Amino acid sequence: MGLLSSSVSISRYRVEGKIKNPVTEAVAKGLKKNAITDIDEDASEKSVGWTSFDNPFSPTFEGSSFLLGNLFVFSLRIDRKSISAKLLKKHMTIETTKRLDKSKRRFLSKDEKKALKEKVIMDLAMRIPSTPNVYDLIWDYEKSDVYFFSSLRSSNEDLESLFKRSFDLALIRIFPYTSADLLSNLSDQERDDLIGLSPTHFSD
Amino acid sequence: MLDLAVAYNRYRFLGDEFITWLWFLIETDQNAIRSIDPDCTALEIGNRIVLENRKSKSLERISIKGDDAGLEEGRLALKKGALLTELNLIFKTGENQWQFSLKGESLNLSNLKTPGPSNPPSPEEMEFFLLDKAEQFNKIIKFIELTFKSFIHLRISNNWSKKVVPNIKKWISSIDV
Repeated sequence: MGLLSSSVSISRYRVEGKIKNPVTEAVAKGLKKNAITDIDEDASEKSVGWTSFDNPFSPTFEGSSFLLGNLFVFSLRIDRKSISAKLLKKHMTIETTKRLDKSKRRFLSKDEKKALKEKVIMDLAMRIPSTPNVYDLIWDYEKSDVYFFSSLRSSNEDLESLFKRSFDLALIRIFPYTSADLLSNLSDQERDDLIGLSPTHFSD
Repeated sequence: MLDLAVAYNRYRFLGDEFITWLWFLIETDQNAIRSIDPDCTALEIGNRIVLENRKSKSLERISIKGDDAGLEEGRLALKKGALLTELNLIFKTGENQWQFSLKGESLNLSNLKTPGPSNPPSPEEMEFFLLDKAEQFNKIIKFIELTFKSFIHLRISNNWSKKVVPNIKKWISSIDV
């Protein structure tokens, strides 16, 4: 989901740690190294990488194209090939029949079926184009805040691992406990009290 | 800090309590909201609330939708032991308004509509437009953070059980059905 959509979803993160100077160059390096790679011409079923906010299908991170004021703005792209169960079944049936006819046998062994399935999936993946999903991101480096424009669990998990791999910085998701612990200026005593909290019952 | 996956599940009730308290505050003390953000002229319930009752063996989910949503039903569900899990809010400052849904367990914002157009008037104005948009996202997120901060300090204090909970209970039971 794009930050220019008329309606957006936002997950929030706190960035743990800082990059060594020069920051912009280090971010550019991480983005380039982990930019999305096209999988339409190969057998991969999924590709996850960074892309440009303003040009998500031809990413470029030259100069300071990802710098907006004091913010870094770029996008996570997840390309996935979807092979439906019915399509897989059809091609498994065709390939199984071919194998059996060739070998004059009535059944394939369990291992043969498994290997055939892997081959069929690989062959189909070569022929099916991937579907791209682009999720924008705003990183306020000074404040260590990241706003990620998706609340889908899978895209958030992909973001967390790619961010760590690219910049060697951990993203801490903001939810009630982390919001209390990291953003609420609690004293040590209050942190201890937070740990011991249990649910309130508003009804009698 | 605790393991995050454990903390997420163990303390998700804090998010549900937070948005329940926020609903109570909206209906009973708008001044308290304005003291969190002086720019705020009003905070209103929007077009959707979701409650869950985990008291019974099977989870019961109650969704109330629509611009004229009958919030009495929601309060009745609270009376029966349900907890608020999602709340659609309208945040107003002068001429501007933000509308969004806030989930208790994650504090994620969804269906967020910010003031103004969603696209720049011309490509040349994209940079200025994006900075303005980022500021609008920041405004509402900081409001939620500050409001949660007020809540958590209150939640940890003795005032929570001595004053706030009895007042919320009184508010819930005041509903005539």
